[in-house]
Amino acid sequence: MSDTLLHYVLIPFVKGLVTVLLLALAAGVLTWIERRLLGRFQIRKGPNRVGPQGFFQWIADVVKLVFKEDVVPSRAEKALHLLGPLLLFVPAVVVLGLVPWGPEVTLFGVTTPLHAAADLNVGLLLILAVSTIGVYGIILSGWASNSKYPLLGGLRSAAQLISYEVPMGLAVVAAILMSNSLSMVEIIEAQRRAGVWFVFPGLVAFFLYFVSGVAETNRTPFDLPEAESELVGGFHTEYSGFRWAVFFMSEYGNMISISAVATTLFFGGWLRPFPNVAWLSFLDVVPAFFWFTGKVFLFLIAYIWFRATFPRYRFDQLMALGWKSLIPISLVNLALVAIAVLWGAAGLKVLGAILVLLVAAGLFAVWRRPARPRTSTTMASANVEVRA
Amino acid sequence: MEPALFFFWAFAAVTVVGAVGVVVMRQPIHSALFLLMSFLGVACLYVQASAELVAAVQVLVYAGGIMILFLYTIMLVNVRRQRTERYLHPQAIPALGFGFLFLVVVGGVVVNEARSLAAKVPAADPKALATTVVDGVTVLGNTQAVGWMLYRDYFLPFEIASVFLLVAMIGAVVLGKRTMERFD
Repeated sequence: MSDTLLHYVLIPFVKGLVTVLLLALAAGVLTWIERRLLGRFQIRKGPNRVGPQGFFQWIADVVKLVFKEDVVPSRAEKALHLLGPLLLFVPAVVVLGLVPWGPEVTLFGVTTPLHAAADLNVGLLLILAVSTIGVYGIILSGWASNSKYPLLGGLRSAAQLISYEVPMGLAVVAAILMSNSLSMVEIIEAQRRAGVWFVFPGLVAFFLYFVSGVAETNRTPFDLPEAESELVGGFHTEYSGFRWAVFFMSEYGNMISISAVATTLFFGGWLRPFPNVAWLSFLDVVPAFFWFTGKVFLFLIAYIWFRATFPRYRFDQLMALGWKSLIPISLVNLALVAIAVLWGAAGLKVLGAILVLLVAAGLFAVWRRPARPRTSTTMASANVEVRA
Repeated sequence: MEPALFFFWAFAAVTVVGAVGVVVMRQPIHSALFLLMSFLGVACLYVQASAELVAAVQVLVYAGGIMILFLYTIMLVNVRRQRTERYLHPQAIPALGFGFLFLVVVGGVVVNEARSLAAKVPAADPKALATTVVDGVTVLGNTQAVGWMLYRDYFLPFEIASVFLLVAMIGAVVLGKRTMERFD
């Protein structure tokens, strides 16, 4: 086989295929993990009938969704109605393809970076650009359904995504300042050179990124576009069968993408913890790819944990949080990080140490605060509520 | 055909089809979508010309811009009730005439320029484009090159433009607040 064909056609094709399949598979398995974990959080069992521990539940669900009737509302804009789910799904896959999963590997005698697309020198910017396309999927499917609730859900999500893209972008800029590059591989290498993951000096930026990321993926507590108590199913009310499943996969795909980018920017991508400390080198027995996926997995668990913990925001609270809290915080954080970077190599470490100490002090203060004793009246009213 | 040339024609076709679609479609939402398609095609052409930064910014800025257009259409225009009467009909023939004239003038200039460029400059080396030398310092990547240009060589125009944008933003907020107070 000619070299050109191998390197420019076959390898990219295989990588792309693996990315799509891995995303679909991960989305399926994640639904099972999420339902089981939510069961634990709510002191019930969750799905446990199909297969060991209910593991094959997601396969059963997929089979059901594939064979379900695909209903398109009679007065919907047919073409756009079909296009909506795809516009949401494709950006999720592309973003995952732009994130490096590991350093160069040799498989079947071919050496190639573990990276679906090439390492662009504007990779991070392209990730932000591509993920804005996903909004079109939501608002388009909301509009094309020609129905009230989907339209409201679509408009809500447009407002939400536009608002939360600002703090997300500013948080990413902090990471760019620290690494001095827009290339994803170069950002990881910068963390190896600095000797710390950027999560320590970028603690605030990471927090902002992840909160905005939860908002961008429409997950609880920011799942207003599909708030079922107000909007039925939100923008995907009028979808059924496999097309609804594509929405579901995109939601999980976006979660994975956000987690992968957060891992790369702030948690050293495929680097082991403390990449410069020599006596920790025994950790290298775990391949780089598994460090990466492990970190991504922890973020996904955090997503599920959020869902079990926080109640949903009201829409005005959501907007106030975005514009009045997150954006000012991100601007101040950006200035602090810029000063630390100007200071030099020590600057990042000092900033990281200060932030970690502050968080530790905060946690200590919360821990020392005496728990408010439950008065008998609140107990009684709680009982009444349960019975009602 | 050479692969690069093939992709150039493909992206160019996407761009042109999108641009025609913007004008031809009767539904504003469809026009907005075709505009997005056209801009994405242009972004792909930028990537082919080794201007990755411009491509990414193109998508980032214009995709967001068209989104606003989208929302305007949905919220302000009642798109379901389509116009049946052909308004602006009397202008059709002069519009065609002037459009043709414009096409001839612009097309002539573009073809002329392209001919003289093709005669003078050999095909550009993408690697040379991505590497810029500023004051004897080699700057890698076009992000840095754009940064140097924007924040040093064209610093004053850049700042003036940003002040203009700030003024526009404040103006929009003031106008919006006035209508809100009227509703209260």
